[in-house]
Amino acid sequence: MEVIELTETGYSKKVLEHFMNPKNVGAIENPDGYGKVGNPVCGDLMEMFIKVKDDTITEIKFKTFGCGSAIATSSMVTEMAKGMHVDDALKITRNDVADELDGLPPKKMHCSNLAADALHAAIKDYKAKKTGKK
Amino acid sequence: MERIYLDHASASPVDPRVLEYAEQYLKLRFGNPSTLHSKGLEAKKALEDARGKITELINAESESSIIFTSGATESNNLAIKGAAMRNIQKGKKVAASTIEHISVLNPIKELQKSGWEFNLIPVDSTGLVDTEKMNAILTEDTTVVSIMYANNEIGTIQPISEISRVVHEKSLYLHVDATAAGGRIPVDVQNDGIDLLTLSSNDMYGPQGAGALYVKPGVKLQPILPGGGQERGLRSGTENIFTIAGMGEAARIAKNEMVEESRRLEKMRDKLIEEILRIEESYLTGHPTQRLPHHASFRFSRIEGESILLNLDMGYNIQVSTGSACTSRTLEPSHVLLAIGLKHEEAHGSMIITLGRSNKIDEIPRIAKGVKETVERLRKLSPL
Repeated sequence: MEVIELTETGYSKKVLEHFMNPKNVGAIENPDGYGKVGNPVCGDLMEMFIKVKDDTITEIKFKTFGCGSAIATSSMVTEMAKGMHVDDALKITRNDVADELDGLPPKKMHCSNLAADALHAAIKDYKAKKTGKK
Repeated sequence: MERIYLDHASASPVDPRVLEYAEQYLKLRFGNPSTLHSKGLEAKKALEDARGKITELINAESESSIIFTSGATESNNLAIKGAAMRNIQKGKKVAASTIEHISVLNPIKELQKSGWEFNLIPVDSTGLVDTEKMNAILTEDTTVVSIMYANNEIGTIQPISEISRVVHEKSLYLHVDATAAGGRIPVDVQNDGIDLLTLSSNDMYGPQGAGALYVKPGVKLQPILPGGGQERGLRSGTENIFTIAGMGEAARIAKNEMVEESRRLEKMRDKLIEEILRIEESYLTGHPTQRLPHHASFRFSRIEGESILLNLDMGYNIQVSTGSACTSRTLEPSHVLLAIGLKHEEAHGSMIITLGRSNKIDEIPRIAKGVKETVERLRKLSPL
């Protein structure tokens, strides 16, 4: 019974921890990079804010509208990317996020996709701004 | 923290009195009602007693109007496919409201593949069937019209007598899915003018795995499960006596206690609605007054329903339901919420509470606090 619940609809303990106590929630004023992905019509919308120093992510915050795994993956991706070089952070994939959370139900994999996408969007925004400044 | 279970439309605990009555049919009186020895006759008696109790609950003409099935899904399938196929000479059209349960809509879609026409009957923003539009849609060729007695997601109760009048002006049969209404509000198949009626055991505190279909005398059906010819040939298969006996006893208790219990739950429901609507940007879904006594459904803007469900479960030990896409198999929001005119982003933020026998009025402050804090927390996380 429990196994079925876990694989059919259930979340790992880690997902639930990040859902109940998400890390790095909020917005950053004047961020060095900002990314927004998803759409409320589809049920998921994420905003990612980063502060960058010497191409390293020093501060990262998010806001998410969506289901439990959308919130958990947002929280996890911020934890993973914090302190990382932006080029390394760009390499974080949806599977990396899901793996760090001890897995996601198959139909929820798109949520982790969104979290990584939001991070990538924020980094690309940072890079575009940087290039623009030069 | 003690559990507060508020999702009785999804599953209800078996009433202890029902279990006490029915368990003898698992342990001791295990016979096959089709056999002629004493063990078989014991089971046969249980089966017919149960039929009698269902007959009384819905004021059917006689016991022979009741067919036992495996549940509401099978009853809906038998009613719709069975009536459509048996009465094909009358026409190949079937109609149903846009807010019917998936176990009504999908059998009709299957008929569509075999050449039947499927007409959808719209509802208004409170979920009430628009009888004028329905009248314009129905024709002499329409063999089955399926309208639910009350909706499981928004609680709206349909004016079934009025609907029956409109249906029978032109069309053949009215099928009513009373899964959510049965045992909760008075259902009188003769007075309401119903030809086929679906009932579910678990929705009235009976065991899961039993359902019934009322078939008005003279209504013609083709079986969808051919075999040994049990249940007047309409539903073959050895009867599941334990669940059927349980359903019968559940129906008997529901009928006896309906007036008092619905009054108690209505009071609790109204207080709950009052408390929850204090939350900013919260809205009631469904009809404000024509609704099931145990049903309170809402939507909250800027947040998503699965998060509400999880947060209430983990943080407050309160179990609710939602029509959000994230909890469905298809990742589409509830077709019911879309049918009453909600936008996708509005439908995502839905929360459904269905009260039951175990709920007490003094639970309301904890529920109201839990919902309020949940909505506030999720809104803080939300970029909208």
